[in-house]
Amino acid sequence: MFYREAGDYSTTYAEDQQTFPIRFDRYRYYIVLFIAIVVVPFVVNDYWVNSLLLPFLIYAIAALGLNILVGYCGQVSLGTGGFMAVGAYACYKFMTGVDIWWGGELLFRLPEFNIFFSVIMGGVMTAIVGVLFGLPSLRIKGFYLAVATLAAQFFLVWLFNRVAWFYNYSASGQISAPERDLFGILITGPSVAPWAAYLFCLIFTIASAVIARNLTRGASGRKWMAIRDMDIAAEIIGVNPLRAKLTAFMVSSFFIGISGALFFAVYLGAVEVGEAFGIQKSFLVLFMIIIGGLGSIFGSFAGAAFLVLLPVALKVVGVDWFGWPTDIVAHLQLVIVGLLIIVFLIAEPHGINQLWRVAKEKLRLWPFPH
Amino acid sequence: MNEQLVYTFEVIVNGLMAGVLYALVALGFVLIYKASGIFNYAQGVMALFAAMTLVGIQNGQVPFAHLINAIFGTDVHKFGWSVHSFLAILFTVAVMVLLAWMVQRFVFRHLVGQEPIILFMATIGLAYFLEGVADLMWGSELKPLDVCMAQGNCLPQGMNGWLDNTTYDAWGTGVFIDNLDIVATIVAAILVIGLIVFAQYTKQGRAMRAVADDHQAALSVGVSLNFIWVLVWSLAGFVALVAGIMWGAKSGVQFSLSLIALKALPVLMLGGFTSIPGAIVGGLIIGVGEKLFEFLIGAPFLGGATENWFAYMLALLFLVFRPQGLFGEKIIERV
Repeated sequence: MFYREAGDYSTTYAEDQQTFPIRFDRYRYYIVLFIAIVVVPFVVNDYWVNSLLLPFLIYAIAALGLNILVGYCGQVSLGTGGFMAVGAYACYKFMTGVDIWWGGELLFRLPEFNIFFSVIMGGVMTAIVGVLFGLPSLRIKGFYLAVATLAAQFFLVWLFNRVAWFYNYSASGQISAPERDLFGILITGPSVAPWAAYLFCLIFTIASAVIARNLTRGASGRKWMAIRDMDIAAEIIGVNPLRAKLTAFMVSSFFIGISGALFFAVYLGAVEVGEAFGIQKSFLVLFMIIIGGLGSIFGSFAGAAFLVLLPVALKVVGVDWFGWPTDIVAHLQLVIVGLLIIVFLIAEPHGINQLWRVAKEKLRLWPFPH
Repeated sequence: MNEQLVYTFEVIVNGLMAGVLYALVALGFVLIYKASGIFNYAQGVMALFAAMTLVGIQNGQVPFAHLINAIFGTDVHKFGWSVHSFLAILFTVAVMVLLAWMVQRFVFRHLVGQEPIILFMATIGLAYFLEGVADLMWGSELKPLDVCMAQGNCLPQGMNGWLDNTTYDAWGTGVFIDNLDIVATIVAAILVIGLIVFAQYTKQGRAMRAVADDHQAALSVGVSLNFIWVLVWSLAGFVALVAGIMWGAKSGVQFSLSLIALKALPVLMLGGFTSIPGAIVGGLIIGVGEKLFEFLIGAPFLGGATENWFAYMLALLFLVFRPQGLFGEKIIERV
């Protein structure tokens, strides 16, 4: 990896320590941001937003969150689906006004939160739950922990299925997002403009990426990585494992909660918890970060994009071009995803991120590779 | 006898039977984990794959018929014969051995020396792959599995009736026991005894234990790691087949079969990853525990369906106090 380049001088410490020290990278980042914020909203239609862009943005947040926990802190979690469900249900409760009951009487009811703050509260509540389920990580490690997080997955899904308070006693047991707006622009509900939903999610995605990037290259990120690389050694050089692991769980769950809230409120509109946030979702997000690259911010985005695109591409090729039945394509997708996981783990354990990095290096040196 | 008591007994018996099946799946995990340090998430899918293959061979289905039809526009479904159960089981064992060899040759040989968590994730990938292949090969619809021992009709005529009568109210106590459950228990017991005898008294079994103990030491005295790993994966495939037959005979061969693999995880944590008796005891504890909890606390007070999470919560609580499980080796950390 090239951190510096000839002819690219920095004259202040701030310049020296910025996220993208290479000028070319920086400009590329600005251009991508510009296109995403200014150009895309004007050209997208309903299909693009709902089948590609929204899932990509939302899964990217979840992948960022899980990558902090698994890729940076080394604590494998299979509870992502459950934590996304916490975000979704917390968002729903705050959107519709949290009601507290005591002894069969309504004690008080919070006012309905704005959708923006509801999503944030979804993240906050998930962070709290995540810390609770992260507590065992202090005693158990590796795949023992992975199985322990399965407890979170199944328990949370069961909880949201059984306790009627969470879905406001609706007859169907589903939660569906009421119409809410931000500055007079509809964000949730059936009649949302595609560009509004897109921009709303984009704000959260960009903010998450910036926060995650800066956390992981700062003190807390270094502590997480020390724990990941060797927890005992980290403890001996003065990293508090309790704080490091729990902050990782907290930050990670916060992002996952936000993505769950967006997934429910903006993307789907109505969810049934077992269907939308089942164990499959946990694996999907885990696969995203394995394929994208463990311990990298770009990798989270690449993995999310890849696994969102793959089914769509397969569907286009298989069903629309070849005219195969949809169930065959669905099964082929399982085979391909499974194969890809194995191939990536064998051939490129650092995922798409590493491929991208190598490609960049080769291109920099081209055509004189020495 | 008191009705409540009878119900409780039936719940316990049911739990024991479910526990036997969990234990069978967990057994496959333990075999592979002991010999290669790989935590094989795909064990449950292997059970599904084995059961589907068995049904497919029995009914003379053409493998990949659906896919072939879609690609070439043909219309093939069946060869038009059906295979006797016993032969079909032999064929399925052969398929599982082939699968074991392929897994070893194409996946784990390339991952030797990687961290355990990487191997674990590779097996998750393997699980997805196998599930997709099984569905493509044999179709994903629910299939009834009809092996003679499941029906009890390979016993002599009078014996079957006698068994039915005896188990209908279990020697006059009023507790109902399913024939299938008894068969499952006996098969599981035979399997466990067979595995223990194999591991203790045969040459290959000793080699297997040597590999489990120390890879490099085993290599240095001339044990072929590759062969042992293929052997272990084949054994696990065989155990998966048995589990698949039991579960399939009970509730048909369908996707939910692979979900029992997830239930086997808490079983392992309870019993310890490296202990065969641990897998059995853990399976029984989880089986009885979740059924009893559902019956006594879950259904009356918590709105039911607590079976979904009880096992994991139990394992989670248990781990906090005893991270190595009931029978596992003590975890020692070295720097």
